[in-house]
Amino acid sequence: MGIGADIETLGRLALFADLSRPQVEAIAHTLDEEMFPEGQRVLRQGFSGSNLYIILDGEAAVVIDGTERARLGRGEFFGEASTLLGTPPTADVVATTPLRCLVVPAPELEDFLMAYPAVAIRMLREEVRRLATTLQWL
Amino acid sequence: MALIHPPGAYPVVVVGSGPGGLQTSYCLSRLGIRHAVLSADDAPGGMFRSLPIFGRLLSWSKPDAPFEPGSREYEWYDHNSLLADDRAHRALVPAEMDRSFAVPSRPEMERGLAAFAASAGVRVQYGCRWESTRRDDDGGLVLTTTEGEYRCRVAVFALGVTDPWKSDIPGIEHVPHYVETLEPRAYEGKRVVVIGKRNSGFEIADGLLPWARQVVLVSPRPVQTSVLALASVRVRYMQPLEDAGLGGGTLALDAAIERVERTADGFRIHAHGTTRPGEIEVEADAALAATGFRAPLLDLGELGVQTVAQGRIPALTPFWEAVGAPGVYFAGNATQGAAGLRRHGVGASSPAVQGFRYNARVLVEAIAERHFGVTPPRGSLGPGEVAPFVAHELAHGPDLWAQKAYLARVLTLESGGAARDAGVQPLAHFVDAPGPDAVAATVEMNAAGSIYPVLYVRRGGSVSERVLDPDPQHAYSGPRYLAELEGLLRS
Repeated sequence: MGIGADIETLGRLALFADLSRPQVEAIAHTLDEEMFPEGQRVLRQGFSGSNLYIILDGEAAVVIDGTERARLGRGEFFGEASTLLGTPPTADVVATTPLRCLVVPAPELEDFLMAYPAVAIRMLREEVRRLATTLQWL
Repeated sequence: MALIHPPGAYPVVVVGSGPGGLQTSYCLSRLGIRHAVLSADDAPGGMFRSLPIFGRLLSWSKPDAPFEPGSREYEWYDHNSLLADDRAHRALVPAEMDRSFAVPSRPEMERGLAAFAASAGVRVQYGCRWESTRRDDDGGLVLTTTEGEYRCRVAVFALGVTDPWKSDIPGIEHVPHYVETLEPRAYEGKRVVVIGKRNSGFEIADGLLPWARQVVLVSPRPVQTSVLALASVRVRYMQPLEDAGLGGGTLALDAAIERVERTADGFRIHAHGTTRPGEIEVEADAALAATGFRAPLLDLGELGVQTVAQGRIPALTPFWEAVGAPGVYFAGNATQGAAGLRRHGVGASSPAVQGFRYNARVLVEAIAERHFGVTPPRGSLGPGEVAPFVAHELAHGPDLWAQKAYLARVLTLESGGAARDAGVQPLAHFVDAPGPDAVAATVEMNAAGSIYPVLYVRRGGSVSERVLDPDPQHAYSGPRYLAELEGLLRS
């Protein structure tokens, strides 16, 4: 499809906060928007070939082997680890409300991050934050 | 004059007489489900009665192919004809082609669709425009039309993605839309700016190359040459793109347009570079907005139909039911609103006839089973027949090849190595819904353009994927794959 999400919605996401308006517009024209009904799986544990999803609206649960481990909301993203590592996701991500996402197709993620280093830095910060939270639990 | 489908109550109402509507009606009739087909037009063909502007489609129909026209396997080589059970109603588009190209002209496509409607007996109430929709007290749907009210349990909207749509740019209201493009000679000697760098933008650029003084394409997103290499759109893209690449006059600018200014003798476009920052100003004698289309949803939002892509496409479940509006289904181009698994980032072919003709058949089977308790006739396979059947589908199943990673052939596995055909289903449904031991066979493609079969095996309620190696000759029914499939089906 590739016919874009709403530019204002994208501009308000923390992930894109450092980008110029033309850059946000280019992203809106590049990436597809997808909507999932409540209860729909978006990421599937153990299946190859998944993509990166950025939540525009709604909520999703991270479920590992049937147990819910976390909730994700607007502006948060999932699927980055499996996409960057080329391995199947280690969790299901399931829509717990109607869920609207921006999709970065797996084969385009590296080019996308190199085209927008500010997005890569913001994503890296979030990864570090997640890692720190995980380490606290250990 | 008596109407073919007078206002009243029907189990199903189909709206639209393009390829999506015709295919849906045909499949409903084959399963014996009474329905009305309504169309505002006065003849079959839908968008192909007027578009594409420059009169040539992008998708192939090869009059000669490795399989005989009229066979099921031949469908993969003929992306534009509708599906039929009777051989006499198949492969009707290539029969109209003069063979100057491997893709049909618009009139050839229109004639092929009309031939299908006539020969397969698809009955449409023409001249009947759907105007509004509501729910009645028992949850049924009421469609108000210029001929009166049609009540139904299930409505299928097959209206294409055909309403001209313009992006939200100040001044763009002065710019004619793609559908308003004039005869090419009207652009002789002119500098033409085209807003948009997708199919329709490049179609205009290609059509105007012999006429216009210069064509300038502007849009925020760079041209995706890696995608082009895999797509039949190269028919349109390649010449203007090569022209731009060699500095031949055509320009393809990556820029977000801030506003369009009307000048005394033309247009001035004010933009900001996206791939290279900086202000860009383009003066032009003429401008055209190749900014795309939207599905004509009228008041369906009030029934709960949700949309994606700035309200342009309905958000759909894997069986193409509207998210938020039970009983409201879509056929045709709008089925792109169900993206499927997007395995390796690759989307379905639902925006094109070759993809959505299969969606229509699967949709009708689902409607028949869910709403009317009608099960399509399906066969059983003995222990020795399962692997050869799967292998043949992987090698030559036109539905699997057309709708890669979206549609899968499903077999329910029975004891002793026998199986029951469960038809073609959306892969997303198979991997997510509970069910008995079964296997789903599909063909997939990755971003590198490699094509290979994948089996999804459900045992004891849990589904695992088995990716098979690609074969350079796609010989998936050969002995090597047969042996591998037999192993996988046993394990």
